[in-house]
Order: sequence, then C-alpha cells, then structure tokens
Amino acid sequence: MSGDDRSGAAVRISPYPDGPLIVRGDVVITGPDGEDIVPTRRTVALCRCGISAIKPFCDGTHKLMNFRTEAPAED
Amino acid sequence: MTDTGTHTPSARLHARGSLSDSLLHILEGHPDAVEPLTTWHDAVDDALARATDLITDEDIQFTLFVLYTLHTGGLTDPDGIWEWNGDLLAGRARLEAAFERQLRATVPVPDLPRGERAAVAATLFELTQPSPGPSLARFLAKKATLDQAREFLIQRSVYTLREADPHSWAIPRLHGRSKVALVEIQSDEYGAGRADRQHAAIFARTVEGAGLDATYGAYLDDIPAVTFASLNLMSMFGLNRRLRGAIAGHLAAFEMTSSIPNRSYADGFRRLGFGDDVTEYFDEHVEADAVHEQIAAHDLAGALAEDEPALLADILFGASACLMVDELMADHIRESWEAGRSSLRTR
Repeated sequence: MSGDDRSGAAVRISPYPDGPLIVRGDVVITGPDGEDIVPTRRTVALCRCGISAIKPFCDGTHKLMNFRTEAPAED
Repeated sequence: MTDTGTHTPSARLHARGSLSDSLLHILEGHPDAVEPLTTWHDAVDDALARATDLITDEDIQFTLFVLYTLHTGGLTDPDGIWEWNGDLLAGRARLEAAFERQLRATVPVPDLPRGERAAVAATLFELTQPSPGPSLARFLAKKATLDQAREFLIQRSVYTLREADPHSWAIPRLHGRSKVALVEIQSDEYGAGRADRQHAAIFARTVEGAGLDATYGAYLDDIPAVTFASLNLMSMFGLNRRLRGAIAGHLAAFEMTSSIPNRSYADGFRRLGFGDDVTEYFDEHVEADAVHEQIAAHDLAGALAEDEPALLADILFGASACLMVDELMADHIRESWEAGRSSLRTR
C-alpha cells in the first residue's frame, strides 16, 4: 500500500517480507479443481510458504516454520 | 441477526467497592442536579491510595470500564448526559495516569529498532513470535470442558461483542497512510458493508450458538478485573491522542497473536461437537487476521514510526503492553482451569 495508486490498475499485489502476498482489488481465484474461489473480503492474503491449512489463503502458519522471503539481514 | 449495539442489559450494574459504588450512584442522577462531585473525587483518592496492583483491582478496573462505556453506550446513561461531565473525566484521567504509570514501570519493552517501516515490522514479528509451552489456546483445543468453553466465551464477551471499537478511536487521531491502514483493517472488522459480517455480530452468533446470552453486559458480574484491564488498556490508548503510538502498536500485537490461536479455538469448539454457527467466528479470524497482521505491522505501525518518529517507543510500548496484559488474562483463565476452578469472578 505504498504510494498513490494512479496506474488505474484494478488489482494490486504486494509481497510482504517473510509473509504472504497481499491482494487488493476484485479478484476471482481458480482453485485446483477448476472451481472459482471468490474472496469474502476486500483485501486477501495468499499463502506463499505452502503450508497454510486454508490455501490459497494465508493462515499465519508461516511464522511457525520461520519462513523467509529474503536473505537474512546483516547485523 | 443479533445486533449487538442496541440490546439493553438484562442486569443492573453492581458495584465492586466504594469507587464503583460512587460512580453508579452518580449515574443514577442528573448532572445538573448535583453539587460538584466531591464524593467522587474522594472515592478516586481513596481507591488510588488503597491500590497495590491496578490490573487486578476489581473496583478500579470495573469503574474504568463503566466510564469508557459512557462513550459507547448500551450499558448505562442511556441519554448520554454524563459522557462529557468534567468531574467524571477528571477522575478517569487520574485513574488512567495511575494505570499507565504501572504499565510503564512493568511492561518489558524491546530495544528500539531503526524507525523504518520494515525494521519496525520485523521487531513486532519477533516480539509476537508464537511460543511453545502451555497456552490457553492449546488448553481449549485439547482439554477444555463444555463449561470451560462457555466460560471462555463469557470472558471474551466484554470486548468481542464490541470488537474493534476501542481501536477505532485512533482513526481521526492518525493521518496519512497509517490512518488508511487502520481503516482498511477496521472496515474488515465491521463487515466491509455487510452487517452480518461484522465480527461482533459473528461473535454474537457464536455466543448464542453455545447457549449463552449475547446481550451486551449479560455476564458483567462474572468478569474479573484482569479481563476488564485488557479492554480498558485499549480504550485508554485509543481515547488519548498522546497515546496514538501505543494504540497502533497494540493493534499490531493483537492481530499478530490471533490467527494461530483462533485455529486452536475453532478446533476446541469442534471437538466439543459445535457446528459452523459457533466455529465461524474463530475460522473467520484465522483468515482475517493473517491479512490484518501484515497491514498492522507494516502499513500501520511501521508507517507511523516513519511518519512520526517520536512515536516509535510508544508503538513498541503499546505492543508490549498488549502482550503482557493479555497474557495475564489468558494465564488467569488457564491456571484457574488447571486448578479445577472457574476463571470467572467469585462473588
């Protein structure tokens, strides 16, 4: 959600560090069985670590496995 | 649908000591019909002089709770005539000052990160890292009896039937992108345009599905001080503009410690044989708070630290205070159950 959105794009996808993809805007997701998954909220978090129990959505479980999306910061 | 905002309480309020007795007595009258409220100020003096631990002080926490409900309604003062009474506000400010002083002296705050969005978010995630060991969530998932599960809902009811309201006080107190982030979260809390999707309304269905009364305040006399302290903490942070950093940090920590426990709560209620009408609230929060925690950590707390660097310390204080007080509440409930007792207030 950084900066103004003047691109006119309907959907914005933001990867959050060590976490899910946050999706803002109207989307329909096609599930593995070809069925539509229509989000029930305006902003959704998509699983990026692969272990969510409610895929395609994030359930926060990535925190239990120390999921990292970037190289560790140097101290 | 149960509308949690309009029910009138089924029970009268009962004082827990001389302070709440003074307040409840005053609220029965009319502001114009009374002398300057010297008895109230004296009662505040006495309560503060007597108090050793404000978090577990039944009289003080219950009084603060009632004072905050003057701003939201639904419990007492139906005409709203006491909301801005100067004497009551002055008394509340003194109680808040003592509450805050105790918190500042006891809440462990981590070393401050650089005041940058990503660094603040990383510190908050570290602070709220799920921990092994005994937890209320695991107890509820694996062991809680039906009565204990109902008790858990009663404990949650003072906040959750009004879910999200205390943090909403912060909306006009923030500006720019942190306000946008807070509203994005709160909009979801309030159902994003659908009354039946308000989290408070979903929780009311859970309460009723478990055979309990979803009227606001129905179980007030059963609620112990520490549970009120958890709610009063949010109200105090939200209603005081100087504490806007703390309320932002509080919401971040609150959201960041929610998804994983809520899965356990849902498992516990399913284990006890309840259906989707009861577990929906918890299942909803697994998904919702996995979204909210990202927004709260990065876009609310992280952005606020960049935009108002002087608030960085309070953002971490608010987050840490949330964790400490909510852990005291959760420990009280779990330890009561492990000892074979009820966690509700003994009268």
